Amino acid sequence: MRPAAKADAELGALFERCRGIVEDVSLGEVARWKASHPGSRAVGLFPVYTPAELLLACGVLPVGLHGAGGRVEIDRADSRIQSFVCSITRSTLELGLAGHLAPLDGVIFPSICDAARNLSGVFQRNFPGLLVEYLHLPSNAASAAALPYYRGELGRVLTKLAALAGRTPTREDLARAIALCDEHRSLVDRLYEARRDEPWRLSAVECALLVRAGSLLPREEHVALLRSALERLPERTARRRDRIRVLLHGSFCEQPPLELLETLEEAGCYVVDDDLLLGTRWILGPVAAAGDPLEDLARAYLQRSRPAAVRHGTVEPKGRAILDLAERAGADGVVFATAKFCEPALFDLVPEKRALDQAGFPNLAFEFEEKMGTFESIRTQVETFVESILLFADERAAAGPKPGGRR
Amino acid sequence: MSAPYRFQNAGRDLQKSLLSEWYRGLSAANGEGVPVAYLFISGNVAELLRAFGFRLGYPEVNALQCGIKKAAGPLILRAEEEGYSSDVCGYVKNDLGLLASGGRAPFGDLPRPDLLVCTYSGCTTYVKWFEALAERTGARLVFLDVPYLRDRDALASDRAYVVRQLEELIGICEEVTGRRFEEAKLREICALSRRAEESWTRILESAKRRPSPFDAYFEAVFFMAPLYVLRGTEACARYYESALAEIEERIEHGLGPVPEERFRVVLEGPPPWPHFRAFWELFKRWGVVSVASTYSKVGGLFDQGVRHDPERPLESIAEHAIHCYTNWNLGLRRDLIGRYLREYDADALVFHSVKSCRSFSVGQADTREAFSRERGVPTLFLESDLADPRYFSEAQMRNRIDAFFEALEHRRLAPRAEARP
Ligand code: SF4
Ligand code: SF4
Repeated sequence: MRPAAKADAELGALFERCRGIVEDVSLGEVARWKASHPGSRAVGLFPVYTPAELLLACGVLPVGLHGAGGRVEIDRADSRIQSFVCSITRSTLELGLAGHLAPLDGVIFPSICDAARNLSGVFQRNFPGLLVEYLHLPSNAASAAALPYYRGELGRVLTKLAALAGRTPTREDLARAIALCDEHRSLVDRLYEARRDEPWRLSAVECALLVRAGSLLPREEHVALLRSALERLPERTARRRDRIRVLLHGSFCEQPPLELLETLEEAGCYVVDDDLLLGTRWILGPVAAAGDPLEDLARAYLQRSRPAAVRHGTVEPKGRAILDLAERAGADGVVFATAKFCEPALFDLVPEKRALDQAGFPNLAFEFEEKMGTFESIRTQVETFVESILLFADERAAAGPKPGGRR
Repeated sequence: MSAPYRFQNAGRDLQKSLLSEWYRGLSAANGEGVPVAYLFISGNVAELLRAFGFRLGYPEVNALQCGIKKAAGPLILRAEEEGYSSDVCGYVKNDLGLLASGGRAPFGDLPRPDLLVCTYSGCTTYVKWFEALAERTGARLVFLDVPYLRDRDALASDRAYVVRQLEELIGICEEVTGRRFEEAKLREICALSRRAEESWTRILESAKRRPSPFDAYFEAVFFMAPLYVLRGTEACARYYESALAEIEERIEHGLGPVPEERFRVVLEGPPPWPHFRAFWELFKRWGVVSVASTYSKVGGLFDQGVRHDPERPLESIAEHAIHCYTNWNLGLRRDLIGRYLREYDADALVFHSVKSCRSFSVGQADTREAFSRERGVPTLFLESDLADPRYFSEAQMRNRIDAFFEALEHRRLAPRAEARP
């Protein structure tokens, strides 16, 4: 086999495996892991960010919860959470009530929004057998008290996890978990860089599947998987198309249907950066600083988090952050894909969009839900958006130098 | 009310004059060079800011007033024109729409704030609200991170954390106002808050009587206004003393919120401000009295023992911030509702679920299940909004309310009917 053909086949198989893992709402992969590791525990992490290091240090498998992606009917959850609440809140409860979360021994909800916060209470009542924890992420970045406080909060949750696992982690356990997550995050970052540089080699759906599968696999296994994908990508047969480069923004918690990502590409976009599963890439750079592990984690959150609508209590202007992201991605435009009823995203959309509009940066905004009948209206909007950018670029090209963003 | 009553409506009249004086002071603040701070109702730190001579404004109260005065609709639309989704909290949109239309509220002009103190207490949307205000007014924004009461084990460190932030806030207030912090002044203010909180608790608890002299939801929302906007002043403390006298007089003369009390309910959830009167009438027709409510605890769970304390001013301010209803997790909220049902001898639990406020509404339906299915408490679940007039359908409300109390009445009469030969 020619190297390209071999790489294509291997990557194809890898993406298929990831798809299988991601689309299995019953967490089959987690159940298999538990079966082969008797006595071990798995704990679900509701988005957006909870330091998985805490779980790994106790030997607990962290399991990313990402809703049901439209694959279950909201039936039992409907009488407990009303229809004006985001899909992921409702579908996560449905998954629990329907027994799909059976492989889990606990769930952690971080303080991202009122919907997720109250969902933690609904879980506590409906699943008395689960460890249901609520992690308070500090929301006053300016306070000198935030660091010691958050360190203590991490310690509190760690104690609960240790009790669940029946194993108190040592400092070395924590340091090892931090090193593993640092390595994992740096590989995900490399994957994103590779896509930013050559988006024709990795589609938005493939990238999403690859990363999301990682939240359901043991970290070491996913590290190996990412390495093999990164090795093969440059050899892949890929044809560069005349598409615009977009930054996809606003889907940091509830995940848009994979079909929506396909629609974006079919309509003429390369997704060159996104905030899908933002929690996987939450911290910029390594956490490990050879100090006290919990303090390292706390410091990383307070000082090196990526900007996010659910990171509260910072006074950084929202508009500046989105312009920086778009520029760093070399994007021609920004596509805001916001989960319907997601208040953090919908609120931030206003200043973000205003900043882009003021800077004359093309952008498009629409909402999605986990279960969507059709993507046709989105397709039409995106096509029009793409055309307008291409037209504008052509005009600019005719008038003088090429616009900076496109490559 | 005529001759024999000395105190009936005295509270209401006093309140009217207190509130209009407060608004006047607020509107004039910029002109008089007095610093203005904005803050939220839930878990606010008014005492501390008052110690620095700030005049205090409450954007939530702006929204509430616009709602009651039927001015909310166009303001919400105005904010939606600016890009705010139809699905985000209407309170925020009402206030931002008001600002965008020049800040001329139906009750006076809004002053420009010098400081925005955003408490995270009970609501994440607060953060977005004050971020938007900071962007538009250019005022300095500070956060007070009040952790959600999620685990009793976390309480001590949560409180210490809030106290540390309050100490930092003192430094900021000194910078903004150019005044030194005087602890003696803060103690005095806390003592005044405490006085009001004591009387208010006695008023709330008066509803344990049968018949209740007081409606702990429909009336409480008016009675509680001074506690939220004037807490820590002598006028506020006096107001509650006169309101308590009014309640005591009602008890003495057998007066109450309805001519004949037929049903006692616990009410959970905020009121539909734009249709407040109509909503109340639908209950009054059935002789319903709310004997306890959760909404009257959003500004502090005083009936659960929360008090400002001159002996421990900062600690008690922190405790007040932590112990407001929406900052309690759902388990604690359920326990509280359960206690209310028992202690106030209620016949039913009524939910008013509002779309705007996820802090209240997410999980409310689950709480209903807990009471109706597992404990056999009759429950009524109503839906509309606290800010957006578009979500209220009077005919539908009436049908549901009538059907519920008819059934409840039937249940009461049925055993007697069966006992007849
Ligand atoms: S999608 Fe938005 S509203 Fe829903 S849980 Fe996530 S952050 Fe909260
Ligand atoms: S979500 Fe609720 S508590 Fe928060 S601002 Fe809106 S109405 Fe107020």
